[in-house]
Amino acid sequence: MERLQLSLRYLRRNTSLAIGLGILIFLVLFTVTGYMIIDPKVDPYPLAGPGSSPPTLNYCPRSDPECENTEPKAYIFGTDAQGRDLYGVAVAGTWMTVQIGLMAGIIGLGVGAFLGFTSAFYGGWYDLIVRWAVDVMLTVPGLLLLVVIASSMGEQRITVTGMGVIIAAISWRGPARVIRSQVLSMREQSYVMMARLNGMGGMGIIFREMMPNLLPYLGASLVGAVTAAIFASMGLAALGLGPLREPTLGVTIYWVINQSAFLRGLWWWGAVPIGIVALIFVMLFLISIGLDEVANPRVRRAE
Amino acid sequence: MRYSWSFVLRRFGLMLLIIWSGATLNFFIPKMTPRNPLREKLLQEASRSGYIPPGFEEMVQAYESKFGLDRPLWAQYISYMQDMLRGDLGFSISNYPKTVWELILEGLPWTVGLLLTTTLIAFVIGSLLGALMAWPKASNLFRYILPSLLIFGAIPAYVIALTLIYFVAFRWKLLPIGGGYGIGMFPGFNIGFITDVLVHSLLPALALVLAGAGGWAIGMRGMLVTIQGEDYMTFGEAKGLKNWRLFYRYAVRNALLPQVTGLALALSFIVSGSVLVELVMGYPGIGTLLARSINQLDYFMIYGIVFVIITGIAITMFIMDMIYPFLDPRISYESS
Repeated sequence: MERLQLSLRYLRRNTSLAIGLGILIFLVLFTVTGYMIIDPKVDPYPLAGPGSSPPTLNYCPRSDPECENTEPKAYIFGTDAQGRDLYGVAVAGTWMTVQIGLMAGIIGLGVGAFLGFTSAFYGGWYDLIVRWAVDVMLTVPGLLLLVVIASSMGEQRITVTGMGVIIAAISWRGPARVIRSQVLSMREQSYVMMARLNGMGGMGIIFREMMPNLLPYLGASLVGAVTAAIFASMGLAALGLGPLREPTLGVTIYWVINQSAFLRGLWWWGAVPIGIVALIFVMLFLISIGLDEVANPRVRRAE
Repeated sequence: MRYSWSFVLRRFGLMLLIIWSGATLNFFIPKMTPRNPLREKLLQEASRSGYIPPGFEEMVQAYESKFGLDRPLWAQYISYMQDMLRGDLGFSISNYPKTVWELILEGLPWTVGLLLTTTLIAFVIGSLLGALMAWPKASNLFRYILPSLLIFGAIPAYVIALTLIYFVAFRWKLLPIGGGYGIGMFPGFNIGFITDVLVHSLLPALALVLAGAGGWAIGMRGMLVTIQGEDYMTFGEAKGLKNWRLFYRYAVRNALLPQVTGLALALSFIVSGSVLVELVMGYPGIGTLLARSINQLDYFMIYGIVFVIITGIAITMFIMDMIYPFLDPRISYESS
């Protein structure tokens, strides 16, 4: 109880973290309640409803005035030109997009943290190779690397899971660099020396002594990696290299561009994915600023 | 001389390493996947006639030996590298008689022109706004309302571009919807064409500036907050310097250096930064070319564009590294 009050008081000071977490809670509630309402196997896919109908709360599928013989269904976000229920797309697409981001982010953080820890800790040739690999890979634009991978994979192999794995190929770079530099400064501290004198092995020191001290950095790195992964997955999908059968947000934006939805006046088709994408990125941005303040008290508060 | 030869050589080596890795990844990633473009293409042609003719496998093999694909991997790799060294990127599949280079050179001026101007504009606007946000004597508009605009920095530029197309071009009809110039225009050096190009690039430029300025503002704000605690600021204030002089000559001037480093880095990405915005706007640059090549499965085009962009980044980064010591007198690369 005491702790809860303390963290609430901290959140009042750290407004960006508070707003970011607020958006996160909103999105979670939106998805969870959405999954209770929609049929995730039907609604977000083509032919679930009439094509190109605008958002409305009381919709009659047939144009008869009474509309009692048919089951009225409300399309609160409207439908797209192929009859996907955009509310279903919003619910299922948000979860799929976040899934891709989380998967790539977690794999990337794991690989990056391992490389960062070991290269900074052991040094020597191994460190040199890792450092050059990270330098080179950070120079090559990630999106282009992904384009080469995804375009030579073929369409049928790109699924939501496949997308996460492909994007993990670039999401280890950032964490590797950040964590390497943190470990480098930490390696010389006295408690690490102490552990070494006590005869602790390299891996033991890394996991039992250093890791707990780096947890805030790992958290901030995870948020960064997830943001980068969602960014990359959206870009790849907008280029037409996403899982085209699935209603992820990126693929929906691809259809909006490809079928020129805005120029046909179907504004709701674009508004739904754009709104949610903007919300997701703003949330991640605010949370990362907030976490920065937690991890790095020196940048706390400008005022 | 601000830097030693060993430093120049090391940076040059890194540049070559990046270009070599780009070329190598371009070669090996497609080879590692189970896909065979040659067989796919032949199968596509064969299925057009309704059945797969006998001797199809022999045909695939004949083509493979004609293209040298039956040789061992290392021999293919060596001849590929020789092609890259000569700058031979091959032909485009979908626009056949044109080479990959010709098509890239058509798009390059558009992309570089758009990105060079927008990067600079975003830098100036973002840095200025960021400085004003942290300045205690600025009006409340700058201190409290502008920070909410930072949100734009978190949203991808092409998403902003899509929104702008709907409102500015489609709803209010203020600017043309897309493309590099009007349908009735012929490219040439006359005033009509140039204004047409400028009008058409306003919308993509706006999207790129909105998305880019936020990052610069955040950096500048942080720097200015630190600088306000410095002794020379207190001294200048005590001396009774005018407010604007204190702001521009003392605070902004000193906060600008790290920003310029960032600018140099950002300028390296001048060829690749707007791929998706170009795609959304139908702007005739490299990005649109890449998207079209992906849709038409034009592999040589895709790999060629990727290689050219990576090479461009590596070279500009090298140049920026060489220029940088002249900008910041505190940095010198002399061997100690």
